[in-house]
Amino acid sequence: MSAVSAEAVTPGAVRSGSDSRPRSGGDGAAPLAPRAKLLPALAAVYRAQLSRARVARIPLLFVATFQSVGIMIMMRGVVDGGDEARAVVAGSSVLVVAFVALNLLAQYFGQLRASGGLDHYATLPVPPAAVVLGAAAAYASFTVPGTAVTAVVGSALFGLPMAHLWVLAAVVPLSGAALAGLGAALGLLAPRQELATLCGQLGMSAALLLGVLPAAHMPAPIAYARDLLPSTYGVEALARSFDARPDWAVVAADLGVCAAVGVVSLAVATWAYRRAAVR
Amino acid sequence: MKEAAAAATVCTVRGLVKTYPAARGRRGAPGTDAVRASDGIDLEVRRGEIFGLLGPNGAGKSTLVRQLTGLLRPDEGSVELLGHDLVRHPERAARLVGYLGQESTALDELTVALAAETTGRLRGLSLRAARAERDAVLDELGLAPIAGRPLKKLSGGQRRLACFAAALVGDRPVLVLDEPTAGMDPVARRAVWAAVDRRRAEHGTTVLLVTHNVIEAETVLDRVAVLERGRIIACDTPAGLKELVGDEVRVELVWRAEAPLHVPEVAALRDAAQAAGRRWTLRLAPAEARAAVAAVTGGPAFAALDDFTLTTPSLEDVYLALGGRAEGAEGLVKA
Repeated sequence: MSAVSAEAVTPGAVRSGSDSRPRSGGDGAAPLAPRAKLLPALAAVYRAQLSRARVARIPLLFVATFQSVGIMIMMRGVVDGGDEARAVVAGSSVLVVAFVALNLLAQYFGQLRASGGLDHYATLPVPPAAVVLGAAAAYASFTVPGTAVTAVVGSALFGLPMAHLWVLAAVVPLSGAALAGLGAALGLLAPRQELATLCGQLGMSAALLLGVLPAAHMPAPIAYARDLLPSTYGVEALARSFDARPDWAVVAADLGVCAAVGVVSLAVATWAYRRAAVR
Repeated sequence: MKEAAAAATVCTVRGLVKTYPAARGRRGAPGTDAVRASDGIDLEVRRGEIFGLLGPNGAGKSTLVRQLTGLLRPDEGSVELLGHDLVRHPERAARLVGYLGQESTALDELTVALAAETTGRLRGLSLRAARAERDAVLDELGLAPIAGRPLKKLSGGQRRLACFAAALVGDRPVLVLDEPTAGMDPVARRAVWAAVDRRRAEHGTTVLLVTHNVIEAETVLDRVAVLERGRIIACDTPAGLKELVGDEVRVELVWRAEAPLHVPEVAALRDAAQAAGRRWTLRLAPAEARAAVAAVTGGPAFAALDDFTLTTPSLEDVYLALGGRAEGAEGLVKA
C-alpha cells in the first residue's frame, strides 16, 4: 500500500551502499553477514505485524468501526442529506483510518520504544525504513475492512450514491500512509510513552471533530486547523466522489496532498526511528 | 606467542567510559545524580570462549553489553569486534552479533515460529533459509510443540527460550546473551547450554554472557569479569577467581530464634558474622571453621541451632572478598 512512499524513502535509508558488501581479509577484519534488503525486510515486518492482528487488534478494529457507524447514526438526526451528509460519511470513514493508523500506531511505537523493544530491531541488520514502513503498511491495512464497512453503511444511511466508492482503494492507502507516518513519528519522537498515547488520541480527536463536522459552519481559525490536518484531504476526496459526476482532478489533487504528507511523515518517522534506536 | 593470542581475540575493549546524565527531579520525585555506568573498562574476549559478565543489578553489565552491540555510543574508549571498530561503525555490530536482550516486547504478539522466522529474515536470510533454520532451531530447543502459540501466552521461561531461538536463527560468530536463562526451568536451561556448546564446537562461536546467577557462572563460563559500579574488579577463570579468596570456608548458621549470645563461643563469632535475621554467614579459615562448627554443635548452643552448612567458596564469596558493595551480595542470585 505505501509503495509510493516506500520508494520515496528508500534512497535516504540505504544510501551507505559502500558498506553493504561482505568484507574480509585485507585488514584482518572478519566478514560481515549480509544486510537484510529493504523490500524482503519490509515484507517480513509487514507479515509479522499483520499476524499480530489476530491476537491483539481485532477487538480494536470493531471499536473503530462501531465508533464511526455510531457517529453517523447520531448525525443522522441533525443532518439531512446534501453536502453535510457527504462530509459526515466521508469523515466517519476516514476516522477509522485515523483511529488505527494514527492513534494505535503512535501507541505501538511509543510502547515499543519505552519498553526497550526497539533494541530487537536495532540489533538486526535491517534498514530503518523497512521497520517503519512495514509497521505503517500493516496498520493501514488493518483499517481497510472498517473503512469499507463504514462507507457502505453511511452511504445507505444517508442515501448517497455508491457508484464511486472504489475511490476508497486510493483514499485508504494514501491517507493511511499520511496518518500512519504521522502516528509513527509521534510515537517515536514523544519523550515518554504517555505522551505518545496522548498525541495519538489528540490526533484522532482532531480527525474526528475536524473531519466529521461540516466545514461550512466552522470559525476561520478552526477551518485553518482543518486544512493542516492530513486526514482532511482524504475526507475531501471521498466526499467529492459522492457527486453524480465527481471532479476527478480535484480528487486527485486531494489525494496528492495525502501522498506528499505520507512521504514526508514516513521519512520523518524513519529518521525518528534511527534516532530512537541508537542512543 | 603474543601474536597468536592477539589473533584469537574476538573482542577488545579499551578505556570504555559511559556516563548517564543526571536526571532532574520532577513533582516530588527526587532527581538522580549522573551515573558513570562504565568507568574505564578494559576487556578481551577470546575466540570460542564463553565469557561472563557477573555483578549485581546496577553494576553496569547491560550498559557494557549495549555498547558492545552498537546500541549505545560510549563517551570514550574503543570497542573492536572481529577487527571492526564498533565505536565508529556501530551498525556493523548487527552483522556480527546475535543478540538476546532482556526485553521481548517486539516479539510478544508473534507466534514462536513467526518470531524466529521474522528475525531470520531481518538477519538477511532468504525466506527458504529462514524457514529451514527456524525449523532446525525450534526442534533443537524442543519448542516445536508450541511453535504455533504467541509468545505472550507462554510462561516466562518458555518465552525466554523462544527469544533465545530467535537469537540463534541466522548464524553469527558472536552471541551476546543478556541473562538468557532467567526464569527457565532446568530442562530449558540444559537446552540453552547444549545449543551454545554445539555452536561453539561446530563453528567456534564466541559467547558473551551477562548473568547474576553465580551457580550458572561457575558451571558454564570459561572466564568471568566481575563488575562493580562500572568497573571490572576482577577477571579470570571461575577457579582462578576462587583462589583469590584462598582456602576460606563459608559457614552458615541458622538459629531457631535468637542467637544464644550468652554462650561465649557464639558471642565470639558475632563480630565476624554477617547476620540476616536468624541466619549468620561467616567466612573463616578451615581450622577456625572446624572450631566454630564444633562449638555450635557440641555445647549449649546446639539447642538454639536450627541448621548449619559448611561450603567451599563460591563466586559470591569472591565478589564480597573483592569489596563488592552489595551487602550479602543481594544482587547475586545463588540458586
